[in-house]
Amino acid sequence: MAEHENAPNDPIIMCEDVHKWFDDFHVLKGITTSFQKGERAVICGPSGSGKSTFIRTLNRLEEHQRGTIIIDGIELSDDLHNINLIRQEVGMVFQQFNLFPHLTNLENITLGPIRVRKLTKSEAEEIALSLLERVDIADQAYKYPAEISGGQQQRVAIARALAMEPKIMLFDEPTSALDPEMISEVLDVMRELAHSGMTMLVVTHEMGFAREVADRVMFFDEGVVVEEATPADFFDNPQHERTKLFISQTLQH
Amino acid sequence: MKAPEAIQEIQPPDNTKGPRAWVKDNLFNTWYNALLTCVAFVFLFFVLKGFLTWTFTEAEWKVIPANLQLFAIGSYTRDQVWRIWTVLYILGVLIGLSAGLWGGLVYRFALALSGIWLIFALLPFELATRGWFLGAIATIALPFFIGRGRTGLRRWILAGWLLSFPVIMVVLRGFGENGVLTSNWGGLLLTLILAVVGIVVSFPLGVFLALCRQSDLPAIRWVSTTYIETVRGVPLITILFMGNVLIPIFMPGLDINQVLRMMFAITFFSGAYMAENVRGGLQAIPRGQIEAAQAVGLNYVKTTRFIVLPQALRSVIPTIVGQFIALFKDTSLVSIIGLIDLLGVAKSVIANPDWLGLQAEVYLFAAVIYFVFCYSMSYGSQEIEANLGVGLHQNL
Repeated sequence: MAEHENAPNDPIIMCEDVHKWFDDFHVLKGITTSFQKGERAVICGPSGSGKSTFIRTLNRLEEHQRGTIIIDGIELSDDLHNINLIRQEVGMVFQQFNLFPHLTNLENITLGPIRVRKLTKSEAEEIALSLLERVDIADQAYKYPAEISGGQQQRVAIARALAMEPKIMLFDEPTSALDPEMISEVLDVMRELAHSGMTMLVVTHEMGFAREVADRVMFFDEGVVVEEATPADFFDNPQHERTKLFISQTLQH
Repeated sequence: MKAPEAIQEIQPPDNTKGPRAWVKDNLFNTWYNALLTCVAFVFLFFVLKGFLTWTFTEAEWKVIPANLQLFAIGSYTRDQVWRIWTVLYILGVLIGLSAGLWGGLVYRFALALSGIWLIFALLPFELATRGWFLGAIATIALPFFIGRGRTGLRRWILAGWLLSFPVIMVVLRGFGENGVLTSNWGGLLLTLILAVVGIVVSFPLGVFLALCRQSDLPAIRWVSTTYIETVRGVPLITILFMGNVLIPIFMPGLDINQVLRMMFAITFFSGAYMAENVRGGLQAIPRGQIEAAQAVGLNYVKTTRFIVLPQALRSVIPTIVGQFIALFKDTSLVSIIGLIDLLGVAKSVIANPDWLGLQAEVYLFAAVIYFVFCYSMSYGSQEIEANLGVGLHQNL
């Protein structure tokens, strides 16, 4: 499929009846949805609901077995070339940070730009340093990931994803592995990113963040999208019983 | 995760003790430990006394200097010894340049080697030999000063090391009848050649096999697994014999000499073990590392090269070097098919009527040589580990 510039109202991500099985376990049971350029979606739901699996299918960390996913005009299939093109356009931030422990924070960020985007080392370092500035840890550039706190590691991970200049950012529970006092520093960075117009899909339990930043909240349960709505409607006027139960349980603490 | 802020200054406990306290705490802290200590000391005293008395009064060490050349190069044609000096000089230049470019461990190695050459130059050899040794020091020292600080040359030196490999083989062998037949290669020279070839070739072979064994493609995985398990199920001696007998049968037209056959056999054997060592490192890499690399857009080759292998190999340096050391010592088995390596020379010296009854001296000397090389590798591995910060920089 040919790549083309998106018209303002063309979705940048289109999913049509996406199914996924882990052996006998039917994780995704037909997800049909689309995301506009610049849209900020928060995906929530109980564990095992398929929400992480869903965003992982969007950059092919998980393979979907039925249905179509089209990212920025490119269809995800077995074609390795397409997969690599899409991965360059889609940045991802993981729950466990997954920084490369044998590289300094700076090298973590410059690896992709040098090896994939083929920038020179100095170009890549310039970008990396300005990104570290942006996530407010420029002074940690030459340390190793193990030498900085979890919150700082996650901010390096965000900078690493941004260094590829992605059009879409996926966040897979980015604050779940963090100590409570470090959550806000990561959310601040994500908030700033949201205001810059980045297309973001965020799997999170941070309902305050969802209410404040999201254009849309999607609620997953047992492999289907049970409900999707604006944050205001979602939190104040949920339609489905399961959504109501989830919200009441989540907001209790 | 985080240590609480110290509220008041507390002096660390004083852990330093006098030697008397150390002895009391470690050697005589209970009655049975005191007893063990005494027994051990008596035992050590008699063993050491016997050994030292023998070494300094009874042993006839003249067998070593008299056969030194034999130990070093076996029956290598004497008027072609300039070939070996050439090789030493080529290596000296590369070591000198590398020491200048990288410093650190390579620098210390170059220094130690120069020191050894200097000692040899001072020993009462023939004048020409001592001159060659002095020259060997110069070939290390001059390139060292040339290379110092020119980091831009590093790439070229690495290429030079790679290229030196075939060049050295050609220099050692020469051409046709005018050269030195490999059947005349022997002594420490042969041991080193077999060990170096084995190490340098089996390492990449092992990495390759380990990656194949983890492949998603069943055919590749199956072939690799079969190879590894078959080789590991057979003793090295069997493989050496098979290499010696089977290679000429499989490749009748080619005249593959015995030394080359042994190189194949040793590499073939060691590669399988290397693969298993490397696989241990590969399995220790968390899945998230590979996913993160993929998410950045790195393909399989780049993920393997920049993320997986650097971490995997780093964590298995001790086992890999252990494998190298084992390989070095295992080269002594080639004497069973008639090659005269260091140990083979030792055996032939003992069999010489002139030196009857001097097994202990000769074997001890051979053991010391093996030890020097093996311990150097072990020391190098510890230094590399320390430099790479193994154990540090490890997430999770």
